Amino acid sequence: MNDRQYRVILAKLGLDGHDRGIKVVARILRDAGMEVIYLGLRQTTSSIIAAAEEEDVDAIGLSMHNAGHLTLGPKMIEAIRDAGLDLPLIIGGIVPDEDNEQLKKLGVAAVLGPGASAEEVASTVRNAISARD
Amino acid sequence: MGTEESSDLNPEELWQLEYDKAQLRDTPFETMSGVPVEPIYGDGPYPGQYPFTRGIYPSMYRSRMWTMRMFAGFGTAEDTNLRFKELLRNGGTGLSTAFDMPTLMGRDSDSEWSLGEVGRAGVAVDTLADMEDLFADIDLSSVSTSMTINGPAVTLLAMYVAVGDQNGVAPNQLAGTIQNDILKEYQAQKEYIYPPRPSMRIITDMVKYTTAEMPKWHPISISGYHIREAGSTAAQELAFTLANGFAYVEAAIAAGQNIDEFGRRLSFFFNSHSDFFEEIGKFRAARRIWARWMKDRYGATDERAMMCRFHTQTAGVSLTAQQPENNIARVGIQALAAALGGTQSLHTDSFDEALALPTEDAARIALRTQQIIAHETGVTNVADPLGGAPYVEWMTDEMERQAEEIFAHLEDLGDGSILEGTFAGIENGYFVGEIADAAYRFEREVNAGQRIIVGVNEFTEGDNPEDRNLLRIGAETEEYQLKRLQNVKTDRSQNQVDEALAVVTDIASDSTRNLMPAIITAVKTYATEEEIANAMEKVFGTYVERAIV
Repeated sequence: MNDRQYRVILAKLGLDGHDRGIKVVARILRDAGMEVIYLGLRQTTSSIIAAAEEEDVDAIGLSMHNAGHLTLGPKMIEAIRDAGLDLPLIIGGIVPDEDNEQLKKLGVAAVLGPGASAEEVASTVRNAISARD
Repeated sequence: MGTEESSDLNPEELWQLEYDKAQLRDTPFETMSGVPVEPIYGDGPYPGQYPFTRGIYPSMYRSRMWTMRMFAGFGTAEDTNLRFKELLRNGGTGLSTAFDMPTLMGRDSDSEWSLGEVGRAGVAVDTLADMEDLFADIDLSSVSTSMTINGPAVTLLAMYVAVGDQNGVAPNQLAGTIQNDILKEYQAQKEYIYPPRPSMRIITDMVKYTTAEMPKWHPISISGYHIREAGSTAAQELAFTLANGFAYVEAAIAAGQNIDEFGRRLSFFFNSHSDFFEEIGKFRAARRIWARWMKDRYGATDERAMMCRFHTQTAGVSLTAQQPENNIARVGIQALAAALGGTQSLHTDSFDEALALPTEDAARIALRTQQIIAHETGVTNVADPLGGAPYVEWMTDEMERQAEEIFAHLEDLGDGSILEGTFAGIENGYFVGEIADAAYRFEREVNAGQRIIVGVNEFTEGDNPEDRNLLRIGAETEEYQLKRLQNVKTDRSQNQVDEALAVVTDIASDSTRNLMPAIITAVKTYATEEEIANAMEKVFGTYVERAIV
């Protein structure tokens, strides 16, 4: 287990403005000792990649509540690869269980559904990062 | 009410006078066992009497049930049109439209921002052609329509007027509500386009237009629903919502509007969450506070302008993805609180909404839940049946007390103006900060097991994820809509569109002129929603929120 402080970008990709969940997640990760860079609403894949490079982060977390995970999720994965970054992508929000497998096949490191506990949120992010360390 | 010949009557006699004038539903007002019951119990002021704590009508649901207004919208306009007709056939009495994200944000289906969102969380409307499909074969003079849209509301209202026009229904026959509550967008829902001040100008134009031309239309539904969904407490929902209402009132007064005229057109939209008595106290306090402020602070003299009429929706955020069938019970309890709180209309959430958009079966159960409360439980026989109960009265007072503290803070921020205080609170992050703090507090309590959410952190056995039948919106909707938009663009006259858009930009830069007529002209040329939004954006600019956690 790695003792350094993990740095995580959280963002809302696209038009979806439901930000209750991601703000709670931001505080959970901070309370768990991580450094959180919250980019806010209406981000694009390129704005997220630019921030990830500039901030030298360990992971990217996106929150999706509008069923956009199967279109925007793959776009984000592609953008991470195109930028030559080796960063885990974690998606949270309303994602039906049956889509989890597909997202993971596409390269999404983890999916956090509604009702995930603070411990689950923190450990999921931590494990996704340490799996690549 | 307050006429000369009745001035020496006591409140009960006055109430009786009004009650006797009311038309009642043709049903025996007695218990299931045949015991006749009175229309009211307890002390005055009675329902229908200022400050309306006990309800806005003397006979409440004895005359008219609340409107069972189920929010629907998905896929293409044609898909939603079919769902509307199904709801009307099933006894629904009002239409309520959910738009997809691009439409809500003033983006067309072919915008790069729209990928993956077209027709997903609601219906896609790019041009008047989509609006024509949405309301095809529905007599607009006999339904009341609610449109849940804010940033580009002016364009959607213009489209509705245009569809009416095509079918020979004049604006003064159109009944309904458009949400058009931009302030709560900066505070909670985040579907804004322009900065707060130009947005208020657009809303003021719409208030002026509807007051003059559309007497059956409610131009703003001041909405606490989203504030609560974003995580606020009940008292914050109450206070932020009413304060936003005060802000619209101050803006309309400043624009020379008569408070008694536009005050009657305002309506509200609240959340009904799971803490039963807190919700009932909140609804009762909302009516009392609004009446007092409209009368004492803003000088309304017409009682109809003091009445807080509201729509209620059960709390989407309370629905759990785990053991979703349990949500039927949650929705039933929340809907009962809304009925006991005296709501004018109600949407009940479908049990599967924590997983996806509702299936038709789940939407039907949600409507049936309202019908069971309305027709089987007897709670509609007596107005404000809980009024006078010490706990309910205390809770009502407590909600009012907490709300008044928040109003005082906003007045401080705005040097005596709630409108300026609200702008200041948006700019300095007050609203989003308070809401995020409350949301996090709640999550921590759930996480620590101090709050039990059945099926989530206790009683977790019995979840069967494989049994679920979810509504999936396929990519074909997006493809269909893109083709439809392309066809409309090919068929229209680009010259007409360009001219109409130039006029919209001109009027946007002149706040003495009203935007509504120009936008009605523009939608009739089949200018798209995004083109119209951009025509105004040239003058108004855009709003970007500071990202704070």
